[in-house]
Amino acid sequence: MQRLQILSLLLWVCALFYVGIYLFVGGFLLVRLEVNRSSTCEDVLLPGGQQRDFCHAKPRFRRAVLLVIDALRYDFARFDRANAAPRHHENKMPVFEETVSSRPLHGRLYNFRADAPTATMQRIKGLTTGSLPTFIDVGNNFASSAVLEDNLVHQLVRLGKRVVFMGDETWELLYPKTFHRSLPFHALNVRDLDTVDDGILRHLYATVAGDDWDVVIAHFIGVDHCGHSFTVDHPAMAGKLAQMDGVVRSAMEHVQNDTLLVVMGDHGMTDAGDHGGESRKETDAALFLYSPSPLFPGPPSKDEPQVVPQTDLVPTLALQLGVPIPYSSVGQVLLPLFPPHRSQNRTGGLGQSEALWINVKQVNRFLKTYSSMAKDLPENSLSKLQVEFSHISAEYLASVRNGLPPSPELVVFMQSYLTSVRETCQATWARFNLLKMAAGLTVLLFACLLCFMLSELSRVLVNESALLKANVAAALSVGFCVAVGQLFVWGHVEVAWCLAATALVSELMAFWWAYQAKASTATGGNRAKAQKRASWLSLHSFFVPPLVVLLLRDASLFSDSYVIAEGHVVTFLVFSLALYVPIHLNWDGLLLSPNHDLHKPARPSPVALSPVAIWKESCTLLASVGLLAGSLYLSLFFHSCWEEDQASCKPSPFLTPLSRLQDGQLKNVHCILALASLSLWTHLSRRWLRRHRILDSSGGGAAFTARWILPLLSMCLGLNWAVGATPEGSFRNVAELIGMAQVALPRTIFSLLGIGMLLLWLDPLTVFLKTRTAAAPGPPPPHYRATISIGPRTELHHLVPPDRARRSTGDGKSGGGRAEMDGRPAVEEAYGLGTVYSAPLLLFCGLLGVGLLLLHPEGMALSFLLLLLETGAILHTHASSATLGHLHGRTHPGGLYVPWTPVVLWCLSATQFFHATGHLSTFPSIQWDAAFVGFPGGHASGIALPATLVTLNTFSSHILFAAGCPLLLFWPLVRGSSWRAREEEEEGKDFAMETRLRENPQRFGSALLQLSARCLFVHGTQLFASACAAAILRRHIVIWKVFAPKLMFEAAGFLVTSVFLLIGIALVMRVDVAVGGRFKRFIPELSLAQ
Amino acid sequence: MWDQELRTMASSHAILASSVIMSTVVPAVLVRGFSVYETHLLWLYCLAGAVAAVNISAFWLLGIASPTADPNPLSRLLRSCLYLFLSCLFYHTVVVLYGAPLIESAAETFSLAVLLTSLTTLRCLCVLGPDVQAWIRVFTRHGAKTVWDSSLRITVASTVVGAWMGAFFIPLNWDRPWQAWPVSCSLGSAIGFVSGLVAAPAWIYYHRKQLTYKCK
Repeated sequence: MQRLQILSLLLWVCALFYVGIYLFVGGFLLVRLEVNRSSTCEDVLLPGGQQRDFCHAKPRFRRAVLLVIDALRYDFARFDRANAAPRHHENKMPVFEETVSSRPLHGRLYNFRADAPTATMQRIKGLTTGSLPTFIDVGNNFASSAVLEDNLVHQLVRLGKRVVFMGDETWELLYPKTFHRSLPFHALNVRDLDTVDDGILRHLYATVAGDDWDVVIAHFIGVDHCGHSFTVDHPAMAGKLAQMDGVVRSAMEHVQNDTLLVVMGDHGMTDAGDHGGESRKETDAALFLYSPSPLFPGPPSKDEPQVVPQTDLVPTLALQLGVPIPYSSVGQVLLPLFPPHRSQNRTGGLGQSEALWINVKQVNRFLKTYSSMAKDLPENSLSKLQVEFSHISAEYLASVRNGLPPSPELVVFMQSYLTSVRETCQATWARFNLLKMAAGLTVLLFACLLCFMLSELSRVLVNESALLKANVAAALSVGFCVAVGQLFVWGHVEVAWCLAATALVSELMAFWWAYQAKASTATGGNRAKAQKRASWLSLHSFFVPPLVVLLLRDASLFSDSYVIAEGHVVTFLVFSLALYVPIHLNWDGLLLSPNHDLHKPARPSPVALSPVAIWKESCTLLASVGLLAGSLYLSLFFHSCWEEDQASCKPSPFLTPLSRLQDGQLKNVHCILALASLSLWTHLSRRWLRRHRILDSSGGGAAFTARWILPLLSMCLGLNWAVGATPEGSFRNVAELIGMAQVALPRTIFSLLGIGMLLLWLDPLTVFLKTRTAAAPGPPPPHYRATISIGPRTELHHLVPPDRARRSTGDGKSGGGRAEMDGRPAVEEAYGLGTVYSAPLLLFCGLLGVGLLLLHPEGMALSFLLLLLETGAILHTHASSATLGHLHGRTHPGGLYVPWTPVVLWCLSATQFFHATGHLSTFPSIQWDAAFVGFPGGHASGIALPATLVTLNTFSSHILFAAGCPLLLFWPLVRGSSWRAREEEEEGKDFAMETRLRENPQRFGSALLQLSARCLFVHGTQLFASACAAAILRRHIVIWKVFAPKLMFEAAGFLVTSVFLLIGIALVMRVDVAVGGRFKRFIPELSLAQ
Repeated sequence: MWDQELRTMASSHAILASSVIMSTVVPAVLVRGFSVYETHLLWLYCLAGAVAAVNISAFWLLGIASPTADPNPLSRLLRSCLYLFLSCLFYHTVVVLYGAPLIESAAETFSLAVLLTSLTTLRCLCVLGPDVQAWIRVFTRHGAKTVWDSSLRITVASTVVGAWMGAFFIPLNWDRPWQAWPVSCSLGSAIGFVSGLVAAPAWIYYHRKQLTYKCK
């Protein structure tokens, strides 16, 4: 087998896919240029006659207190007297309502609408810069970096204001070394509701009462953490909100007349306590403005806006505090805070029209600067805005010159100008690089076609190693040429285009090369072969039912409804394909005893049909299809829900971790179910291994892993669950012990997993070796084959206990050999060669499954058990239909060919279990808890480890199915039943299970290549389809909510799948090397012959 | 020779198709407030009943049903009823496995199963008699021995595929009345059934050179 050749071919295909993803994502995910200019006091913003430096004028408010309550949703802050039975999150903050109704001039409550993405870091950036975030920032939540754009904090500090900060440490990351005094607090983890808030409260009132500050920013995190840990409607939330109510009350008592108090939420949260998206519940936060001196000119009017965009806070605060509006703010001042006309006696207070004019001028200046830097603002709307601006400016200046107050129409006009600027910016920062997207799509499409071609021509291509080298070398040189050309023409190199050129050249050359290969086989081979080759890309081979199902799946990615219902859609398709298997077999007359063929001329069949065998095999097949259907149906109970579907859909109760369950009885039931499934998972894997005598194999690392590490792992996991399930607060005396166990147990599991994998890699052979001094008659035969079978009982060696096997070794050895050892005749017999490839792979998947289960909520153990059953059912269905085909003499040449149906079933099941393990293709639904498994105190440094843990959690089903993919190739060989062996014996053939692969390395290699190419094709087309959907529907209303996250998840899923597919293949290669080595020791001639 | 049989079949298919249409039109005229969407179950049972009645009478009059070894008509009838009931249960199970709600709208699901039974299993019973072996045999590549077998194959397949494709519309957020469970599926199966009735004679006529049927 050309091991390196196969691996490098697959690596090359994966690399092409990666280039395609990189190109497409680079063009699709939006980037906004940051304008690195700052506003200064010298900016001429007021009309020419009044050259006044407003920084030195007395501002309306000397000081401000900003209380940011993370995730303070708008409805938390409202108080509804009519609500007789408030839930835990309702009517807990009456302070706002009381103030608004009793002192309407002093305080007011607004609906403060954030922009997506509603993640804390983006919101803090938006709250200080007044600009609009872009999607690409979403990923940076773990590692914030300092804000470089002009912002309110910088402006305040520049004017010598003392900004004191306390609370969530994200601010310190965004504004390092900026604050006059900074008291960042570190929350241990998401369950820690009080550390940060208590830290703030220790200092807040003392600071406000003192005089060493101008602006105090306090960021409370408890409400957000409470939502994440316990959902919205939970007693803890009531307590937290009541505490915040008290905080606001005492803050109102502490502030003085020259101080503005702002209480706000940075974003909202869903009812499940998550945020990040753009549903109303996530974007709508509360904003409360208060001052002991009258803040508003009059009581709230009817036409006053109730909804305030988040960008509007920055210009408002800036003008109220007398600092320039940050350069790139696109917000508009909050008019009710300004008196209608500037009164001369109240110095410093700007009038409405004046404030608006400053605002308009600043926004216009930003637009000009931005459009000179980047060409992404559309020309026509820019010129329209410019016309509007000149109109405004002419009218305003005229009214100032005449000494008249500007007309109310002008005020409205300025407001509408600011609104349309904001809307233009919003629309523009959803702009795409179409050329890059097109290049990415082309590369992806060609890569998919290449996979299809590889799968059809694997037998030819596996031999031609020189071509790949030539191809890659040529493509790389073309890429280099493009880079040099760019350097000459543009003066700089854009890596994306070099990669695009490389990938496209490589793909086109591969097609040409395949065409050549096809032509050469067509002339060289016999005619039937040539005909088969000739049709490898015809429409006919595309329109077989499994590929039609795949096509439907790909088409479903173009509709948001189907993406939202993806879990059900995939289950539906998998079930349809599962039903297709028996129907198709029946159509071919293979399923049940073909008694109706009696009147027909019997087909020439090399194998005598035994009705009993067919009946048995058919029953196995139907039973496995039934098992498949059952596990598919049950897996529907583990789905999570989209935010939109809250009304009609309830998330699975199994998704709640045990520690958060409040009902004791339910907790017990869940715990028992989880433990039972875990032990069943371990038991089933071990049972299979025991049945194939792997646990008895002598000495090897794999056997040790199977015998000891796997059960130990699941014991540790069970213990870990038990420890995690203890309710917080109980067992106070052993709390320390519990805390320690929560650290130690997962880490033990991680290290056991590492040891197990290492052992498996070092010594993957699961062969039972037995040496004995031979009473062997005569000298050894001159030539040995890899498998020797003499008697009809040969295959029993694989299955019967060793004592019986020993008795029967007299007349045969399975996969063994004899060797002269130490000069005296010794016989070394090897058992278990029949499952030599599949056993390590299965063990690998079993270990991996337990490890991944650790990262999930306990209830998911049931889902993992279903996953195991479903993989078993698919494998058995595949094996049975292959056997039935064989029984009827319709085996494909070589018998190693894996048809499309099982491959598509296998790969779609990965997506199905992605949903059945409680995941969704949305960012808020990522199970962040996984990052803290084994690290309950959070991660001290770096994001690599938590990111890895979360990735492993999110794509666990992709990982399991990808790593186990080669099993599809092995299973029909492993599951040879006795009658089949007998029939082969009668024909004088060998019954050798997987050793057949050894004997036929060429075919083995090509089958492995074909299988992995098909798997990559199935995943690749899904990736391509979701990229296409994102490109075509890029202006769709839910693009950022549905299609873009779907694309990101699909791309990440593809990356993970391809990596683990390569790992699985590599493991098979490793076993092959080991087997080769063992054979060499047994039978030197054989290795020479190869 | 089987030219004539083809003609008989085409006309019986035309009667069946018209019965499908009549079962929609007649109650709409007679019953106040009848609508395919709102009083869906009523329409569904009308359709199922009409198709069953026409099917049975047509095949009885034509004498198509294959003679079997079981001469006792009562036992045949009993077995037929049993098979019909089992088929309903079978369809119900399959539909639930496809993701239909288990308990909430069990009546709707079962009605769909009844409809599918009357459109497919009943025809099997009429053409082949209560003989599961024969049913399985018909659905193999070389299993169709008469014109009727072929038409059965086509209508059953198109009905089931129609119902299957009807399910595609359920998750879409179009908010149409026919997206409610099980309206789209039963409409799909009815449309599939009618198109199967139309397609079967055409297909057989088109492939008449390749087909070698026995005549009855």
